[in-house]
Amino acid sequence: MIFDIKRTTEMSITEILFWFLSALALVSAIMVLISKNPVHSVLWLIATFFAISGHYILLNAQFIAIVNLIVYAGAIMVLFLFVIMLMNLDAAIEPKRSMWMKFAGVISGGLLLAVLLSVVRTSVDLTNKTAQLNTGEIGLIKNLGNVLFTQYAVPFEISSVLFLSAMVGAVVIGKRN
Amino acid sequence: MPIQYYIALSATLFCIGVVGVLTRRNAIIIFMCIELMLNAVNLMLVAFSKMQPLVASASGNAAANNALQTGIDGQIFVFFIMVVAAAEVSVGLAIIVMMYRNTHSVDVNFLNRLKN
Repeated sequence: MIFDIKRTTEMSITEILFWFLSALALVSAIMVLISKNPVHSVLWLIATFFAISGHYILLNAQFIAIVNLIVYAGAIMVLFLFVIMLMNLDAAIEPKRSMWMKFAGVISGGLLLAVLLSVVRTSVDLTNKTAQLNTGEIGLIKNLGNVLFTQYAVPFEISSVLFLSAMVGAVVIGKRN
Repeated sequence: MPIQYYIALSATLFCIGVVGVLTRRNAIIIFMCIELMLNAVNLMLVAFSKMQPLVASASGNAAANNALQTGIDGQIFVFFIMVVAAAEVSVGLAIIVMMYRNTHSVDVNFLNRLKN
C-alpha cells in the first residue's frame, strides 16, 4: 500500500491543492502558446482561468473567484471564440516565425522571469510572510460590497462611464460605411 | 503558503504571457496572452491582500483579520482590473475584426506594412 509508507514531510490537503492548481495553470498557459489551432488556444486559456479561480477559492476570495469565472471564462473567452469563428481561422493560415526569433523570444521571457524572481528571493520585507489560506473575512462578498460602495463609490460610477464609452467605441469602429 | 510561492507562480505566468506576445504572429493569440498577463497580476494582488506575518496562534490572526479590513484594497483593485479588461477586450476585438475586414489577414507582420 502506497499510503502506508511514512513520509518525512506531511503535506496537508491545502498544500496538495496549491501545487496541483499551480501545475495545472502553468501547463495550460504553456499549451496556449504551443497550440497551432486558435480554438485550442482559447480552450487552454479557459483551463488556465479555472486553475486561477481555484487559487482564489483557496485564498478565500470567493467573490473574485466567481466573478473571474463569469467575466473572463464566461464572457471574454466567448467573445474570442465568436471572433475566431467569424474569421474562419485555420491552423494552416498562421505563418511561422523563424526558429531564431522564437528562441530569442523565449530567452527574453526567461531573463525577465529570472530578474523578477531574483528580486523576490533576497527581499527583507517578504521573509516570514505567508498568504493566509482557507480563512479570513476579506474575500466575502459582504465586506467587499461594504468597502466598494462606501469608499470606492466614485471609481464605481466612473467605471460605468468607461463601459458606456467602450460600447460606443466598439459600435463606431465596427460600423460598415 | 509562503508569499514567495505566489510571487513565483504569478511571475512565471506573466513571463509566459510575455513570451507569447513576442513569439506569436496571430493578433488574436497576442491578445489572449495579454489577458493571461492581466490574470497573473490579479492573482498576485489577491495573494498580497491575504498576506499576513507568520504568527504562531491562528486565533490571533483571525481576530486581527476580522477587526481591520486592511488587505481588502487588493481585491477591490482586482475588481476594477477586470472591469477595464472587459472594456478593453470589446474594443480590441472590434479593431481586429475591422482590420480583418480590410486586409483579410490577422498576421501582425502583414498588418505592419500598413505604415507604407
